[in-house]
Amino acid sequence: MHEMSLAENVREIIEDASRKQHFQRVKTVWLEVGKLSCVEQEAMRFCFESVMKDTIAEGATLEIVETEGQGRCTQCGNEMQISTLYEACSKCGSYGLQVIAGDAMRVKELEVA
Amino acid sequence: MCLTCGCGTNDVFIRGKQARGASTAAAPMRIHLDAATQGEASRIIKLEQDILAKNDGFADKNRSLFSANGILALNLVSSPGSGKTTLLVKTLEALKGKVPLAVIEGDQQTDNDAERIRATGVEAIQINTGKGCHLDAQMVERSLPQMSLHKQGMLFIENVGNLVCPAAFDLGEAAKVVVLSVTEGEDKPLKYPDMFKAAKLMLLNKCDLLPYLTFDVARAEEYARRVNPDIQIFRISATSGEGMPAWLEWLRLKHITINSLPPQAGEGAGMRGVGYIQPVA
Repeated sequence: MHEMSLAENVREIIEDASRKQHFQRVKTVWLEVGKLSCVEQEAMRFCFESVMKDTIAEGATLEIVETEGQGRCTQCGNEMQISTLYEACSKCGSYGLQVIAGDAMRVKELEVA
Repeated sequence: MCLTCGCGTNDVFIRGKQARGASTAAAPMRIHLDAATQGEASRIIKLEQDILAKNDGFADKNRSLFSANGILALNLVSSPGSGKTTLLVKTLEALKGKVPLAVIEGDQQTDNDAERIRATGVEAIQINTGKGCHLDAQMVERSLPQMSLHKQGMLFIENVGNLVCPAAFDLGEAAKVVVLSVTEGEDKPLKYPDMFKAAKLMLLNKCDLLPYLTFDVARAEEYARRVNPDIQIFRISATSGEGMPAWLEWLRLKHITINSLPPQAGEGAGMRGVGYIQPVA
């Protein structure tokens, strides 16, 4: 989907950090990507590589840490692992689970020099 | 370019003028590998920063401006060809003279949709996203000073026709309104759940064509509620006018709600500098 602009945002976050924390080279970037977030990992890898060209993160390794989706049933309160937004509660069968984890997309850490 | 949908982010044009892209964006920092960094030990920096934080910052700014001025801003989203622009034209015709209206049109190319809106007499500004597949909050923020927004008005933002990408980008709107037409598949809410989850209202459009189609209305609505149990749904036809009163009533009630919200602390002071918002005569 919109991985190109997300990758651009990652670049800006890295460049901001380099100004504040004084580093000139990024070796590894760890991204946390929830299974329920709107990130398609393959597209993100492709966009990351092209966006980081000619920047301090050119050639950096992209490590994607995938987090599981967690939902809470709004009817019975049951908490369960989910992989789509339209799953039914595993206990009572109702739809409309509230997403409580696994929808984040974050720059977690950088390995820099 | 993005593998999934071919999107890119360069070259945004607002009213035909370049607002972002090669000549306007800050150039990416070039690789800077001087001798001092060669062989330097690496270290780990913890960031934990949300990738959408910058967009959300601009969205918050837009939202404060809208709420402080009693402006109901709506983000209209759908796949291409669902009838968003026709719906908008009919909506504007129904509301004209009752409430100040303005439109932001998002498309990759052309000024065609803004032209259709302007034909109704309502001000419309066109944002061309170039290769971009969605509007973002900063594009909206940049286009606002170029419009004459009125206090207590309504601003319709017609997003790029795309059921995927615009879901993640908050523009500062009061609600996303997703338009699904009955000439599409009834399983679209399951195929594109992020968008139906993000929307507060679904307009099932082109219902005048139902006698000629096999579209299962009940199933489409059930799928939408699976993804989002709180979603409101109206069956409409922008062309025949059926169901339009329910949509117009929804707009009226939302508009009242926005205008009865007390301004948040600090908003009043911040708004004094915004000269382009004109009071309703």
